[in-house]
Amino acid sequence: MDRELAIRLRGAVKRYGEITAVDGLNLSVPVGTCAGKSTTMRLLTAQSIADEGEIEVLGFRLPEESKMARAQSGVVPQLDNLDVTLTVEQNLLVFAHLYRIPHAERKAAIERAIEMARLVDRRDTRVDKLSGGMRRRLLIARALIHRPRLVLLDEPTVGLDPQVRQQLWALIDALRSEGTTILMSTHYIEEAQRLADTVLIMSHGKCAATGAPSELVLEHAGREVLEVYGPPTRLAEVEAEAGEAGLRTRRTGTSVSILNVDGFRGFEGERRPANLEDVFVLLTGEEIA
Amino acid sequence: MSVTAARPQRLHRLERSAITGVLVREVVNFSSYWRSATFSSTVEPTIYLLAFGFGFGSLVSSVAGYSYVEFVGTGTVATAVLFSAAFPAMFGTFVKYQFQRTYDAILAAPVDTEELVTAETLWIATRAGVYGCVPMVVAMFFGLDPSWGMLLVPFIGWLSGFGWACFGIMVAGFAKSIENFNYIVSAVLTPLFLLAGSFFPLSELPTWAQVLGNLNPLHQTVELVRHAVFGLEGWEDLARVGMLVVFGLIMWRVAIYAMTRKLID
Repeated sequence: MDRELAIRLRGAVKRYGEITAVDGLNLSVPVGTCAGKSTTMRLLTAQSIADEGEIEVLGFRLPEESKMARAQSGVVPQLDNLDVTLTVEQNLLVFAHLYRIPHAERKAAIERAIEMARLVDRRDTRVDKLSGGMRRRLLIARALIHRPRLVLLDEPTVGLDPQVRQQLWALIDALRSEGTTILMSTHYIEEAQRLADTVLIMSHGKCAATGAPSELVLEHAGREVLEVYGPPTRLAEVEAEAGEAGLRTRRTGTSVSILNVDGFRGFEGERRPANLEDVFVLLTGEEIA
Repeated sequence: MSVTAARPQRLHRLERSAITGVLVREVVNFSSYWRSATFSSTVEPTIYLLAFGFGFGSLVSSVAGYSYVEFVGTGTVATAVLFSAAFPAMFGTFVKYQFQRTYDAILAAPVDTEELVTAETLWIATRAGVYGCVPMVVAMFFGLDPSWGMLLVPFIGWLSGFGWACFGIMVAGFAKSIENFNYIVSAVLTPLFLLAGSFFPLSELPTWAQVLGNLNPLHQTVELVRHAVFGLEGWEDLARVGMLVVFGLIMWRVAIYAMTRKLID
């Protein structure tokens, strides 16, 4: 049973002085699913050592056996750390060595990665001459060069154009369908809803909720949400009235979203399906500390 | 789907494949900056050699039994080793850690900090061994006679360079900012560099300075190079090699400690 979990955290705690970045986190990611935050990511590669709790990755205990887990994992960092003075192909060559791909398979692995990044005609281009989207694709292809069983993606689509983001989504989805386990952290809730089998919402280092996106939405926000627009004073009234009617609301900037309004009449507004963002804001609070 | 990943063998400390991986990165990178690295490592000691060689050489005909060109030509080998080991190690490590975040990428692969530091050191030591020979080669154009012992010089440079590379990585590991390097350069490297016996023999200095000089790994490097070129002195030189080995081993472990502290939180 244990071996079927790609990642298991039990009561993981990581403190930086006064700040507790990860606070008693439990996380079980079964093999072959697509489900976080930066410190959690670092814990999983033993670049950060937990103060408390147990961590297992691909059945290996961390930090003692971390190197074996890392050999079968690929990491896409949030911040680009490609060698910018090297070409696309040279970057991949270096990581083919770092991930110990045997000599006989190396050339094919590099070719496959170049194709996956769709940089065939850019193989000899220096990284500092690539566009942001190309660099991100290379960063991902670099992490996949050794066909890892587990891929850790830390905010892979941050700062990208919608088109590029969609390309990456397709890539991630293809990986998952091939049976690779993916752990992804993201601030784009839409992304989590689209891609993830299991979502874990973290707030202040703790798990606020976990489950399949559709289940989380149904449980916390219901089927439908009523979006009421108006000036700030009107929005405050709507919030108060909805509260009296026993309904939960969340602010959406220009509107108030009344959650779980299935079958409820009383307010004028636009009905829309509830989504994971409703759940996220509801559970983590409207104000970001 | 995984073919290459299905290798359940245990991984150990200081593995060759991990060190090779880091070395491959350095070698591939070197292909993009070898000109500037070679230029600075070659030109600096040559300037010292020419300035001191012609400057002092016109005043003093012989020092400690050598002609001044012979004395400085062999002495500045150690200077070149220091410059091409400690400085790239300090700045390179800091840049790769802080600005390029290269080490984050490497440590996410099956490479431990110990292997990373060891590989970087081996690479820098090898460069220092090669670049260290430059002043000697230049001096040959100005009257230093070739000898078989010169073939030992790259190895002496390598051994010394190993320690100085680890020293530089250690400094980068402990430094909070790149400005901290100024303290190390002014308070540690400059005195050591002057108190090495490259440009003048330590025998003319006060006793305390001679004692300090004898503890200076750079001085041992200078003496070893001179003896290799002009004639080895048996046990005494073996003791100097021993000192460099001890220096290298201590610095190696401290560098690993410093970088582990820096890279793993």
